[in-house]
Amino acid sequence: MQIQKTALYEYHKSLGAKFVPFAGYEMPVQYTSGIVDEHKLTRSSAGMFDVSHMGQLSIEGNKELAIELEKIIPIDLKKIKLNQSKYSFLTNAKGGIYDDLIITKVEKGFNIILNAACKNSDFKIISHSLKKKFKIILHNNLSLIALQGPKSSEILEKIINGVSSLKFMNGNKFSYNGKDVYITRSGYTGEDGFEISIANKFVEDLAKKLVSEDVKPIGLGARDTLRLEAGLCLYGHDINESTSPIEANLKWAISKRRREEGGFVGYGKIKSDLNGSLSRLRVGVKPEGKIIAREGVKIFSKDGEEIGSITSGTFGPSVNGSIAMGYIKLNFSKPETVVFLEVRGKKYEAKTSELPFYKKNYAR
Amino acid sequence: MSEKKYSKQHEWVTVEGDIATIGITAHAAEMLGDVVFVDLPDKGKNVEKEGVAGVVESTKAASDVYTPITGEITDINQSIVDDPGAVNKDPEGTAWFFKIKIKNKSELDQLINKADYDKFAKENQS
Repeated sequence: MQIQKTALYEYHKSLGAKFVPFAGYEMPVQYTSGIVDEHKLTRSSAGMFDVSHMGQLSIEGNKELAIELEKIIPIDLKKIKLNQSKYSFLTNAKGGIYDDLIITKVEKGFNIILNAACKNSDFKIISHSLKKKFKIILHNNLSLIALQGPKSSEILEKIINGVSSLKFMNGNKFSYNGKDVYITRSGYTGEDGFEISIANKFVEDLAKKLVSEDVKPIGLGARDTLRLEAGLCLYGHDINESTSPIEANLKWAISKRRREEGGFVGYGKIKSDLNGSLSRLRVGVKPEGKIIAREGVKIFSKDGEEIGSITSGTFGPSVNGSIAMGYIKLNFSKPETVVFLEVRGKKYEAKTSELPFYKKNYAR
Repeated sequence: MSEKKYSKQHEWVTVEGDIATIGITAHAAEMLGDVVFVDLPDKGKNVEKEGVAGVVESTKAASDVYTPITGEITDINQSIVDDPGAVNKDPEGTAWFFKIKIKNKSELDQLINKADYDKFAKENQS
């Protein structure tokens, strides 16, 4: 497959980006100041992320569409309010996760933001399930910019009137230079922020405007350290087709009515996980000292029993220490449980931890 | 102290008497990005040329550190274990990794000078 570029590729280059291939796209991993600086800047001020590689799907329809989508997405789509966004996932028949997503109710139907690596297969899964009854488009002409950090609202308000009144996980249509944009107050860094959907043609202009307002461009490297500090899952690592949402500690993302009623793909496994058959759980893990525990590192109990494995790990610049998450046998999942991590043949002490590692500042 | 020499595995070496001081190059540090973890061999350990003698991890990934010289580890730089970020600040100076009692001085002849290393690093940038 030929590697793809987002509409901002040349602009990233001019800003000194280092690129890496990610999900079939050539994406900036960092700019000149490095991942730790970019991370801290996002926490203290405002950073701009090009997330145009992610899928932007729209489906047109009303009540009937909500009923159909509820068969593959386990949230209450009948009660979701206009312009409200929800974190959810596409479940598979085994109760695993095809992809995690953000779904927003809009006037014409629903907008769904999908992971880049999964977007084409998601499109097929959703289309197949909806049986061609609804108009469904995966937009290639739209870019997506995430503006994240405590100064995001103040800065974006100067450029786009009215955005500061959005509440977290809510969106609306706005106008930028006379062009329609759809903005949600959301993100994946553990900070307040916005995601701006804008036509490819105009995205560079908006990006330059943000940079002129002292917003710094941030690469995928810092996006990963930020989301991990915030305890958020990275699809393909912390969650995948064989992890159930309950094991992944994402029970909160399934609406109460749906947990009780079911009626979606994979409910059998999810119901039995909810009713006592759960055997493992995603938890935070904090190594003692500076050792980094990356994906695949095995977790052992004090007695030397293998009890799980790490799915993501890095150095967290804001918590100033090594952080990780992984799946662990249920009876070891209580926070502050002493465990051991095997890294390059040596065992290092660690403790299970509450998530997130870093406390959020969302505008409610 | 001798002129600084380089290996194609991105280490630098200076020699004083029969002791070699070894670290990673500025180019390697730049490629790694922010260093957040350093693991060094134990003092007294014997290491073989091109064998793994340590680990350096950045926010991005873990990389092995090789020794370009065979011999016994006589000293390690604890300050970079305590403050891994120092490797980015002064990779070819205060952030040296370990010292080795050189077993075979002819290994030094296989190292390259700065101009050749810079050329090599530029051609192999990844």
